[in-house]
Amino acid sequence: MSLTVDHVSKVVGRDTHIHPTTLTLAAGSLNVLLGATLAGKTSLMRLMAGLDKPTTGRILWQGQDVTAKPVQERNVAMVYQQFINYPSLSVYENIASPLKIRGLPKKTIQAKVHEAAELLKLTPMLKRRPLELSGGQQQRCALARALVKEADLVLLDEPLANLDYKLREELRVELPRIFTASGAVFVYTTTEPTEALLLGGNTITLHQGQVTQMGNTLEVYRYPQTLTTAQVFSDPPLNTLSVTKQNQLLKTLKGQVLACPLALQTLPDAPYTLGFRPHHFTLQPSSPHDLAFHTQVTVVELSGSESFIHLKHEEERWVALVGGIHDFPLGSAITLYVAPEQVYCFNEQGKWMSPPSLAQAA
Amino acid sequence: MNKTWNNKAWWMVLPVVLLVAFSAVIPLMTVVNYSVQDTFGNNQFFWAGLQWFEEIVNSERFHDALIRQFIFSAVILAIEIPLGIFIAMNMPKKGWAVPVCLVLMSLPLLIPWNVVGTIWQIFGRVDIGLLGASMKALGIDYNYTQNIADAWITVVVMDVWHWTSLVALLCYAGLQSIPEAYYQAARIDGASTWAIFRYIQLPKMRGVLLIAVLLRFMDSFMIYTEPFVVTGGGPGNATTFLSIDLVKMAIGQFDLGPAAAFSIIYFLIILLLSWVFYTVMTHLDKQGQKS
Repeated sequence: MSLTVDHVSKVVGRDTHIHPTTLTLAAGSLNVLLGATLAGKTSLMRLMAGLDKPTTGRILWQGQDVTAKPVQERNVAMVYQQFINYPSLSVYENIASPLKIRGLPKKTIQAKVHEAAELLKLTPMLKRRPLELSGGQQQRCALARALVKEADLVLLDEPLANLDYKLREELRVELPRIFTASGAVFVYTTTEPTEALLLGGNTITLHQGQVTQMGNTLEVYRYPQTLTTAQVFSDPPLNTLSVTKQNQLLKTLKGQVLACPLALQTLPDAPYTLGFRPHHFTLQPSSPHDLAFHTQVTVVELSGSESFIHLKHEEERWVALVGGIHDFPLGSAITLYVAPEQVYCFNEQGKWMSPPSLAQAA
Repeated sequence: MNKTWNNKAWWMVLPVVLLVAFSAVIPLMTVVNYSVQDTFGNNQFFWAGLQWFEEIVNSERFHDALIRQFIFSAVILAIEIPLGIFIAMNMPKKGWAVPVCLVLMSLPLLIPWNVVGTIWQIFGRVDIGLLGASMKALGIDYNYTQNIADAWITVVVMDVWHWTSLVALLCYAGLQSIPEAYYQAARIDGASTWAIFRYIQLPKMRGVLLIAVLLRFMDSFMIYTEPFVVTGGGPGNATTFLSIDLVKMAIGQFDLGPAAAFSIIYFLIILLLSWVFYTVMTHLDKQGQKS
């Protein structure tokens, strides 16, 4: 079983919500749609589900064209960011609702509902109404409804965004385990790069309605093929620096001159954009080859074990994530170091230029 | 905990006490004063005790008006609530049609009661009214001044025309607050239109529906101006509702004692019904928070 999105695009009025996209999602796979708000995650998901008709292209299910098939005939389950349950029905009736519509015998329904409730720890709440439950329980009820359906395609649209931190962690571990076991194609949208990394599986990065990259989550994280992908898949945001390579020197816009890292020396002379992940900055040089940047502190956020240091470097605003507590006074000048093998390099078109060997360290 | 006692705080309460006294308690007491006495001109008062109350409670005239009143309110609710829901569900959800629709719907609500009455009084006239004359031209024997059924139909249709948009607008607000995701989820489930109405829209509208029912019940129970302008309570006493009857008694016959007793009984009935509605509403609301 697999879902193929074949040159699908969605245009509403004059706005292109989804640029032509081709993707293949395998059965039993966990696919994370990662992108900022309004990047088109939900639009793409609705197209996959069949809630919206694509403007161009086809949706294939196991090679069969299902573009024209209405959503209720496709065996799709979807869970939303809001906790969507039938307000006047009990948890039991809610979970049973998709089975009742299908007209299964009462006993089968009962067995399936109890099984799903057990799995999602809802057994004691079966008689309650959704609004008598906590947020996490309401969402588990919605998840149970999706689960009993034994859908071929399970779409989770930021399902944990409205839950508190603790529950999120708990469900994040359980979810892939529960759903991938069913052999369904599993799609999960999130705005948080960390969530994508925690979930594993595949990641599809989206930016302004365009899929920028798809692949194994770690692979996409380590080898972002474009600057956009690297920016989408970085939290805190990726720090960038525009430079011009001349001979073996890198010149910043303000005229600062840096020694070109060894691995980039083979690149032709041209303007480039360098990218540094926030956690690759260090306050002490790890080797004499490290690039050094003189920066000014604008804000320091302490999270306890780590410090987010917001900085100004020339015209760019950067964030460095360093371990421990570093409470620098505002405006103080500090020097940051970054190892040359941890520098991402993108050409003027935003295409990844660093040799792959370098990225191993990322 | 040590409480500080400060009698100056009473001054804070005083404005409210005065306001309520002048706006409610004192006028009500004048009515009470009339209800237990008999007057014969020259401001001579004679103690009557509960005589007027007994007379009213036992009078057939009062019973008839009360029954008419309950029937009227029941008919109004039975028509306006389902019709309002139906209209709300068929109103446009977005686009230019929304403001147009909302303004059109609000128009009847902005027209003063007596103007509504006058409009319908003329509208229904057999000689010059559009409705009455058309009916006559179609060969339908319609005359609200002579036929009891016609009078009732006219008064009911007029109220439906005047107030259904209130119910519709309230329901529309309730419907608009349902997130789109509910409908999507139901579509994915393959739920029917009826199931979507029964299990999503109706439960989500319940709060506003309770308010609509309460408002329409209380309002129709106290209706005066429109039937008074259109039918004057007739033909005969066919559309004489409680408030019309009360005014006839007080101003027409100048029976101040019985009218005062009538007022108090009417007031108590409304108070009681309000209390019942309020209790039912808050009770259902508590259940609603659970459901």
